[in-house]
Amino acid sequence: MKYLKQFLIILLISLLGEFLKAIIPFPVPASIYGMIILFVCLLTKLIKLEDVKDAGKFLIEIMPVMFIPAGVGLVTSWGVLQPILVPVSIITVVTIFTVMAATGLVSQMMIKKDNKEVQ
Amino acid sequence: MKEFLQQSSYLAVAVSLVSYGIGSWLKKKFKTGLLNPLLVSIVCTILFLFGTGISYDTYNEGAKFLTWLLTPATVSLAIPLYEQWELLKNNAKAVMAGITAGVITSLLTVLLLSMALGLTHEEYVTLLPKSITTAIGMGVSEELGGYVTITVAVIVITGVIGNILGEFICKLFRIKEPISKGLALGTASHAIGTAKAMEIGEIEGAMSSLSIAVAGILTVLFATIFAGLL
Repeated sequence: MKYLKQFLIILLISLLGEFLKAIIPFPVPASIYGMIILFVCLLTKLIKLEDVKDAGKFLIEIMPVMFIPAGVGLVTSWGVLQPILVPVSIITVVTIFTVMAATGLVSQMMIKKDNKEVQ
Repeated sequence: MKEFLQQSSYLAVAVSLVSYGIGSWLKKKFKTGLLNPLLVSIVCTILFLFGTGISYDTYNEGAKFLTWLLTPATVSLAIPLYEQWELLKNNAKAVMAGITAGVITSLLTVLLLSMALGLTHEEYVTLLPKSITTAIGMGVSEELGGYVTITVAVIVITGVIGNILGEFICKLFRIKEPISKGLALGTASHAIGTAKAMEIGEIEGAMSSLSIAVAGILTVLFATIFAGLL
């Protein structure tokens, strides 16, 4: 019963997320609304951590395999991608480097600065 | 036999999981980031489909159940986020500044490279939401008049490359702080990068989860402004 209850809570929140997506005209997916709802529920103790923890951690652990179908689906996009493959590849790879560097270094610099001020 | 393969309800998920197992095993055995389990499993599954002549649509009839789990799994990312709430609160400024810097850098990089490579406006807006989670990215691309199918493909490719190169890039730029590693992975390569962040550690995973939501929403806001620039 423990897992059933936990999975049910997570599914009900997903459902609520789906409902919000349907009524709010903003391109935010059900999963993001759901994540925010669960986070707020945990913070306000409306849902206890133990009530979702085991099922949630299981889902997170197997999350990588959930991307396999989308990755395999790339074979069906080959036709549309092929004509602009070179520029798209360059932009995709370069952006990962610049974004990770910007996010990582800006936050790291500020964390270090804050820590110095505390000391 | 082929008829059985075409009709089986469990084959697609089984093949996906077995190929992920092969990927994990190869990674353990050869200890190299290039043998990324996600990449290996995608390649193995594609080869299996080619070998057996099963179409993607047939495969996806069974495999869609894996995709179906993505929403509850993403909802569950709130759990590590909640567990790291104190850390998040204490570093709120750095976290927000990092994600914002990443989002603007993403849009700016796509703008400059699209100009340099001579892309059309439609191609440019197709790529603008490439770093964020699929469902938000699709919406942005559609609204700006991009080619949504290409956006989805590029988002997935971005995630997979981020998942493969993430640790290497952190080393390259000397990003050592766990919070920063997580933010960088999540902002650059959304949920697929977050799957990698979860493997690295709990703090990395939590920060990456947060980045998916914040970077997604910030991109919705900023993309409209950037769309007018090319």
